[in-house]
Amino acid sequence: MMNLSQLANDVGEVGAVCVRGGGTRWDVGGAAGDVQVVMAPTGIDSFDPAEMTVVVGAGTTLSELADALAARGQEVALDGPPGATIGGALMVGRSPLRRGRLGEVADVLLQADCVGADGQVFVAGGPTVKNVSGYDLCRLLVGSLGTLAVVGRVILRTRPMPEDSAWMSGEVPLKVVLQSVYRPATVLWDGRQTTVRVEGHGADVNNEVDLLGGLGLERVDQPVLPRERDRWSGFLPSGGVLEVGAGVVHQLERPSPPAVAAGVRVLGDRMREAFDPRRRFNPGRDPHRVAA
Amino acid sequence: MESAERCEPAVGVIRSGILPEVNSTKRVDQDWRSTVRKRIDGIGLGWIRGKTAVIGDPLERDLVEALGRERVVTGSGARSLYSRDGSVTRGGSAGIVCFPETTDDVAACVTVAVSHGRAFVARGAGTGLSGGAVPCDEPVMVVTTRMNSIYEVDLDRRIAWVGPGVVNLDLSRHLSGTGLHFAPDPSSQQACTIGGNVANNSGGPHCLLYGVTSAHVLAIEVVLPDGEVVLLGAEEGRSPGYDLRGAFVGGEGTLGIATRICVRLTEDPPEVATLLLDFDQIEGAADMVSAVIASGIVPAALEIMDKRVIEAVEPFVEAGYPLDAAAVLIVELDGLPDGVADAIERIKAIGLDHGARTVRVAKDDEERTRIWKGRKNAFGAIAVIKPDYYLNDTVIPRTRLAEVLMRIYEVVEERQLMVMNVFHAGDGNLHPLIVFDAREPGVMERVLEAGEEIVRISVEAGGVLSGEHGIGLEKKRFMHMQFSPADLEAQDQLRRAFDVRGLANPAKVLPTGASCGHVTNLERAPKGTWV
Repeated sequence: MMNLSQLANDVGEVGAVCVRGGGTRWDVGGAAGDVQVVMAPTGIDSFDPAEMTVVVGAGTTLSELADALAARGQEVALDGPPGATIGGALMVGRSPLRRGRLGEVADVLLQADCVGADGQVFVAGGPTVKNVSGYDLCRLLVGSLGTLAVVGRVILRTRPMPEDSAWMSGEVPLKVVLQSVYRPATVLWDGRQTTVRVEGHGADVNNEVDLLGGLGLERVDQPVLPRERDRWSGFLPSGGVLEVGAGVVHQLERPSPPAVAAGVRVLGDRMREAFDPRRRFNPGRDPHRVAA
Repeated sequence: MESAERCEPAVGVIRSGILPEVNSTKRVDQDWRSTVRKRIDGIGLGWIRGKTAVIGDPLERDLVEALGRERVVTGSGARSLYSRDGSVTRGGSAGIVCFPETTDDVAACVTVAVSHGRAFVARGAGTGLSGGAVPCDEPVMVVTTRMNSIYEVDLDRRIAWVGPGVVNLDLSRHLSGTGLHFAPDPSSQQACTIGGNVANNSGGPHCLLYGVTSAHVLAIEVVLPDGEVVLLGAEEGRSPGYDLRGAFVGGEGTLGIATRICVRLTEDPPEVATLLLDFDQIEGAADMVSAVIASGIVPAALEIMDKRVIEAVEPFVEAGYPLDAAAVLIVELDGLPDGVADAIERIKAIGLDHGARTVRVAKDDEERTRIWKGRKNAFGAIAVIKPDYYLNDTVIPRTRLAEVLMRIYEVVEERQLMVMNVFHAGDGNLHPLIVFDAREPGVMERVLEAGEEIVRISVEAGGVLSGEHGIGLEKKRFMHMQFSPADLEAQDQLRRAFDVRGLANPAKVLPTGASCGHVTNLERAPKGTWV
């Protein structure tokens, strides 16, 4: 079992601290500033496909985890740039592109062993796939940009990988495509082209590919999306791609900071104050600045 | 009784003929007494004793001013009714009972309650099984059952906005024919409200594939414990800032009151197959569950019923459960036709490997409905065995199902009690049900002891205290089994951020802080409780 005493020691009881993963999305939500940088443990503790859970150090890269899970036919609802870590993906809190099948990032974290702002280790959530014992600290932690606690070791929900999949794209109205497929993994729309990923049993995927082909869509590689993200506001900027059902526009330009309702900000600030009254964790970053 | 004291001065005032002071608000018309009489709906009969022109109790006066007389009930009948829920917890004491109809009404209830330093407790249909809605020390009860409008259904975006008082099954019925449904399906779905589902992060058989309530709640309008109204989450995607929506779901009414809820709607599967497998030994059924998951199939549902449940249910439901089986396993598969057909064959093979005697595939909707009817009505049938029951709810790693089930039979039978098991096996979510006759001297102690032992065994097996019923009052004394003081402190930090003054449903969930004076567990269990 992975020991968090080293991490707790590194975090200590005083001074500004920031946990660093792969640093692939280091600019999200503000700059780290002048802080002591700590690293979470790495490596896979245990993985049992029959439980559909994996116990892993938060510093482990997504690619290392994906390889280990794929060897047993499973995967996890996290994605990120090459080099990204599990802890980083959880703290940035962006759902995977294939969320229609793989699920949302909010539902992936079952348990998090953390170091709090007082330097003490605490456990959020629990090891089972279903759990309503106490408050849902795990969902609070996802997307918190490391401002509430330093996450060291996690238990994640895994899923079986689909047997087959296909990306299809064509100049076909979005609604027509949506009516023709069952639970697509991803639906993208760039104002002209509708692109969809279907997943599942081989024969079912073939049937859906045929059906979509009949509508005028063709098989394509996974599309490369623009790097920046913003909330969908009903307007698609030039070069932008809407992730349908996710409320996210992938675009070229950096988005302006989102509008946050005053009451939500007050509550959010109170949450941060409750967990980290001295504002030790990631003082330069603020989840309220993340648009999407 | 305190309620009587509150009535006395008011009655005196009426006799003296002083004009009402409280009918100046917009909602209370001049002839409010006749309005109220027309609105008597059976629940509030007892309020008549409290009818008054000038109200002596300042809290009641302010609530009436804010909501109107007809939505503020003080009678002992209502207060008694609203002092309990679907759990075995008894001894709760409701204060004034309010029936808000709008967000403003709820905000008014909360604002008035806290301005008097009084706690408030939200309540939906009262089907909760852990005492989460049982009031302690006469709080203002905020009953959301009249907020039962489905405000908006957007079929294109697959979302709906509903009031917290909408009954779970009513939403899916409303959606019938649209190709969409609301996925969380707790067994109480004919009665429980979506507001209650949010408070408890409710589950149900089909959460194995589709996820529990939190995965289906996109945004929530919440009246915070200071009376502020905020929108948590967003119709699509994440909202800026912390996932306060995620933190709120499962808060058991201690973080505020949901007044409008935006839910995700799920596509109806094009193909559904329901399989019934029966076993000579329950271990075979339990081990098969892990084997199914390990093989890469995630069924929509995987439910086990043991021999005693089968014997109780079959004569009523005639679902076709073999009466000589030690256990039956219900497997539901859904999706596109080829995947379902393939999974049926694989399930059959795994079943035979694990000692299934027969594998029956429901040939039509009628047969499928009967198989599920037995499962969903299991608890109604149990009354024929013993008059009382105590239902537990824990989760364990599913690979340890067989071993933990055996331990549970042992610890219960050691105490000369009977246990029945009907549960969400696919999630490892156990529902051991101890049946007994409360008139038998000393039986309560043994039932309580066995219940505690079940929780301990589950936690020691790597499990958790509750999978879907919540902590409420029932399990807060067990929280230390799963959580360290530092873990509980972190949970308390979350709670305090929402509820600075500690007036939202106090004395629930966390073992620290206020206690709930006269509450006891385990008197007579309500009949027809769901699991």
